Amino acid sequence: MTVAAGGRAGNGRPLLEVRDLVVHHGQLRALEGISVQVFPGEVYAIIGANGAGKSTLLRTIAGLHAPTTGTVAFDGQDVTRLRPERRARQGIVMVPEGRRLFGSLSVEENLRVGATYARPGPWTIERVYELFGWMRERRHQGTAQLSGGEQQTVAIGRALVANPRVLLLDELSLGLAPVVVQRFYAMLPRILETGLTVLLVEQDVSQALRVASRIHCLLEGRTTLEGTPAEVSAGQVEAAYFGLAGAGQGAAGPLAEGGES
Amino acid sequence: MAWVNAIIQGVLTGGLYALFACGLSLLFGVMKVVNLAHGDLAVVAGYVAIGVIAVTHMPVLWSFAVVVPVMAAGGYVLQRTVLQSALDRGVLTTLLVTFGLSVVIENGLLQFFTANTRGIGANLPLVQDSFSIGSQIQIAYLLVVIFAVAVVVLLGLQYFLSSSKYGRLIRASADDKEAVQLSGADYRHVFGIAAAAAFATVALGGIAYGMYSQLNPTTGTDTILLFAFAAVVIGGLGSLWGTLLGGIVLGVAQQIGAQINISDEVLAGYLVFLAVLVLRPQGLTARKARS
Repeated sequence: MTVAAGGRAGNGRPLLEVRDLVVHHGQLRALEGISVQVFPGEVYAIIGANGAGKSTLLRTIAGLHAPTTGTVAFDGQDVTRLRPERRARQGIVMVPEGRRLFGSLSVEENLRVGATYARPGPWTIERVYELFGWMRERRHQGTAQLSGGEQQTVAIGRALVANPRVLLLDELSLGLAPVVVQRFYAMLPRILETGLTVLLVEQDVSQALRVASRIHCLLEGRTTLEGTPAEVSAGQVEAAYFGLAGAGQGAAGPLAEGGES
Repeated sequence: MAWVNAIIQGVLTGGLYALFACGLSLLFGVMKVVNLAHGDLAVVAGYVAIGVIAVTHMPVLWSFAVVVPVMAAGGYVLQRTVLQSALDRGVLTTLLVTFGLSVVIENGLLQFFTANTRGIGANLPLVQDSFSIGSQIQIAYLLVVIFAVAVVVLLGLQYFLSSSKYGRLIRASADDKEAVQLSGADYRHVFGIAAAAAFATVALGGIAYGMYSQLNPTTGTDTILLFAFAAVVIGGLGSLWGTLLGGIVLGVAQQIGAQINISDEVLAGYLVFLAVLVLRPQGLTARKARS
């Protein structure tokens, strides 16, 4: 079920280009010179263990963290100094970790907030309702009454109605049942066919390898592996994930484990 | 009959107190700002009205049309500058900053307008006239009008918050500033709009009080702010219609206190305020309202 359709590396210029990004959390160096190129139409997956810096990378691209050095360019333009709301309006839209829905707003109001500063494009609230049928009937409910998977769906809908050019998905599977996660990733092609590019962070490596056109493994703020799922072997991924040079065959690896949330 | 009169007067005064309180409640509900300068801003609005009327000779009631937008704009600017930078340093900082603002405003008013009391439109028929029900109940037209204005203001605020684009963004920003940014909205601008709405209501409260009673530079803290606080706490923090209920309970308590002994008017109000704090600290309307 690989959805690696559209553009590949070398196919024109990258839509999103992160260069030599260094980010500090206080004294701690969370990212130590990360570079990422995401091309139009790709599904680019950042993998890595807890604390590897995956979410920090995504949040820095969205503008929620300021990098110490390095740049973020979007569609050839330097957006490193741009505030997060400006980036969102230009088409860098993130589904944050933990959903972060507006708790005192209804489902529909959450979507309407997402659509307030939308770029023109194919996604409307109506289209989100078509994609996720249950949502229309429950649009006037508060989000607290929804299950975790339903909340995640609303969070994705809220991002889609902004008509992003690149959609950042931070730990989609966190706290969700595997079945629900499967359903999300099965939905991904239908989202991609509207011309989106996806950059996602995933702890579940096997899931990432299934959906991504390219993967990028982080370990303690550094890049340990980059390539297409076809290029990298299970052993390489495992070594890059845990930082064990050449070690770790057998069933204990992240591939067999299927994520850790 | 005297008791019935006390209750009617108290209910109507509650409208005035709701005008004081709803802006305070809004700022707290949305930004968690406890605005200690709230009452002083009402007084500023009153003085601006007095100034505008004196300079332009416009009819007293038309001064609303000037003062309310001016105060709303002032609220936006104050939020984007002083209050936002205080908020960025933590909620406690806003307490210190608004306290400082209160001191500055009061001393500024003393400096420029002296400690004399001033009323607004004291010779208007609307301010002077009343109608009678039976022989013992006399109701001032002004109080009825103020009560009606309060209800209209609350209805307007409710509609604004629940149905308008900015109302939705205000509620969303109160929930999660970061998630609002990810949706492309600048929460600082949104907070500015909320402050503008709050300042518009407090401007109405200040002018109304100037007509109902009299203003001097310390009215803001010794009367308006305290009554606003009491109404907000009695009604329930962050609840919009709770401010009207709280204002009414406060007003009725005061009038009943005055009925018992005229010098107990204010004390009776604060006793109810204290009782609510002890017995029902979440306020009479426990819901999170704002809708």
